[in-house]
Amino acid sequence: MNLSRKKKLEMYETMQKIRQFEFQTAKSFAEGDVLGFVHLYIGEEAIATGVCAALTEGDYITSTHRGHGHIIAKGADMNKMMAELWGKETGYCKGKGGSMHIADTELGILGANGIVGGGFTLATGAAFSSMMLKTNKVCICFHGDGATAEGSFHEAMNIATLWNLPVVFVNENNLYAVSCRITNGMANEHTSDRAAGYAMPSEVVDGNDLGAVYDAAKKAIDRARNGYGPTYIECKTYRWRGHFEGEPENYRNPEEIKLWKQPDHDPIPRFEEYLKDEGTATEEDFKAIQEKVKDMVKDAVKFAAESPFPAKESALEDVYTDIVEEARA
Amino acid sequence: MRNMYFSEAVADAIRFEMEKDPTVFCIGEDVGFVDGSMGATRGLYRQFGKERVRDTPVAEQMIVGLSAGAALTGMRPVAELMYNDFMGCCMDQIMNQTAKFRYMYGGGMNVPMTLRLTSGGGMQCAAQHSQSLEAMLVHIPGLKVVYPSTPQDVYGLLLSSIEDDNPVMVFEHQMLYQTKGDVVDKDVYSPIPLGSADIKKPGSDVTLVATGLCVLKALEAAEELEKEGISAEVIDPRTLYPFDKELVYRSIEKTRKLVIVTEEVKRGAWSGELAANVAEDLFETLDRGIVRVGALNIPCPYTVSLEDYYFPQKNDIINAVKKVMA
Repeated sequence: MNLSRKKKLEMYETMQKIRQFEFQTAKSFAEGDVLGFVHLYIGEEAIATGVCAALTEGDYITSTHRGHGHIIAKGADMNKMMAELWGKETGYCKGKGGSMHIADTELGILGANGIVGGGFTLATGAAFSSMMLKTNKVCICFHGDGATAEGSFHEAMNIATLWNLPVVFVNENNLYAVSCRITNGMANEHTSDRAAGYAMPSEVVDGNDLGAVYDAAKKAIDRARNGYGPTYIECKTYRWRGHFEGEPENYRNPEEIKLWKQPDHDPIPRFEEYLKDEGTATEEDFKAIQEKVKDMVKDAVKFAAESPFPAKESALEDVYTDIVEEARA
Repeated sequence: MRNMYFSEAVADAIRFEMEKDPTVFCIGEDVGFVDGSMGATRGLYRQFGKERVRDTPVAEQMIVGLSAGAALTGMRPVAELMYNDFMGCCMDQIMNQTAKFRYMYGGGMNVPMTLRLTSGGGMQCAAQHSQSLEAMLVHIPGLKVVYPSTPQDVYGLLLSSIEDDNPVMVFEHQMLYQTKGDVVDKDVYSPIPLGSADIKKPGSDVTLVATGLCVLKALEAAEELEKEGISAEVIDPRTLYPFDKELVYRSIEKTRKLVIVTEEVKRGAWSGELAANVAEDLFETLDRGIVRVGALNIPCPYTVSLEDYYFPQKNDIINAVKKVMA
């Protein structure tokens, strides 16, 4: 990870933003301010952070139902995100999307997606545009281990190498597809084993090691940008929370969850150790960033809480560019 | 005017848009080198090359999903599903992705994408290559649904569909590709706005709303009925969503009688949607109950005698009109 101190501290801040945003979201959900399905990214912060740090502003990402981390890492406004989770008019989708549907096309965020595997073919489409329009953009396709069982995965992987598309598939293997442990869902040892079936180069990395994720992503993104086609990166990780908030979680061993929360597994203390070891930052630096982020998250909640709910008639808008649906007679 | 096949009109509309706009591209199974399985993309591959006329593997999820992704990021795809029956392989991409993007992301995205789907039967292609599934797509908010019946209509409606900033699903009946009709001269820009129906034959006694190949069957029926002194007005809605209520309702207000003819299996059909709307809006205007003519409520059979029996025919339309006139 050959990066400036400034960049490394920005990456640390991004991980803090994701974690604190997510813990706040869990709290707001428990308090009834955030509703519906909410899937938290806690424990997987190094992946979104490492990958997005290797992108340029114009690049694209497609995200998943567990998307807050990707979206924060790609630079989204946490105020607008929190407002969307609270269902407010000022939210990213004006209260029409919620947790699973946040997008910001100006930042290249082509949307979180409530359908497992929904991002695969979409990502190939964005990469196709880049190739056809010669914009030199790369598209990252974040997806979970469970999504690799979907048919759309295979159709997208096939076309990506066949047409040499500038797309990087980033797999977040957190070992569980809802309750289905990976060993019950796949005969391969690694999700990345599947890449060979599509003549696609692949790599397995420790997804909780920010440096390892960044280095793998950088290499793959450079490859894609220089016309050498797609890469598959499997990041081994773990989610701390249930599949969704409020889930009666009864399929994982509590000892396993405890293990992944230890400082030698948790991506944040691991990055702190790394920064301290190389003399880039101190505990005081971490404290200062944590406090700064705390204020940002507090501001986001304040913004969400104080924003109005959308007018009910606005439900009829935004289906089409040129048609507003009729209200109930 | 040029007298041309329906399939040629499809290709010519796409050519026109591809020449005008470099972001327009074609994608689908066999759309390129072999000119389309129905000949509806004839000449495009040779004119524009394999980059812009993309032959794909047999992967409908990819065809639709890649097109939607490309549409979100600056391209204007014209994708083809070889048969509308193959929606079964890619419905998520159509109904949960393409149709929903704009709304669920709060209006922050446009999906300017055209998806052409060959529909209908009559070629002994049996249960998986003969269906009329337009109702499934009319049911999904976020999509526009187009269903032309003449070469001129498909030409003008395709121009509008490709230029539309929303996802437009264009149904093309497989028996219509080899029908002929007059089309405006080459490069005459003549888009037909989505949501405008057309009176194919004026009349005064009964309104016959028909779609796709059934427009031609309804016209034949109307000709025979004319001899018996019954004047049927045949209307082709041309787009099922948005739907031209104004023109259709005006006709019903005049004739006070409605027969709807589509090739769909009647159960759950779009024809039922229209009948329900008319019953809600114009109940007092109607002299008689609405009569629908459609396919039987069974999968499409293969052999000619069974297939003919399955599809609505001219005589079924004549009988329906007589029933509503009685």
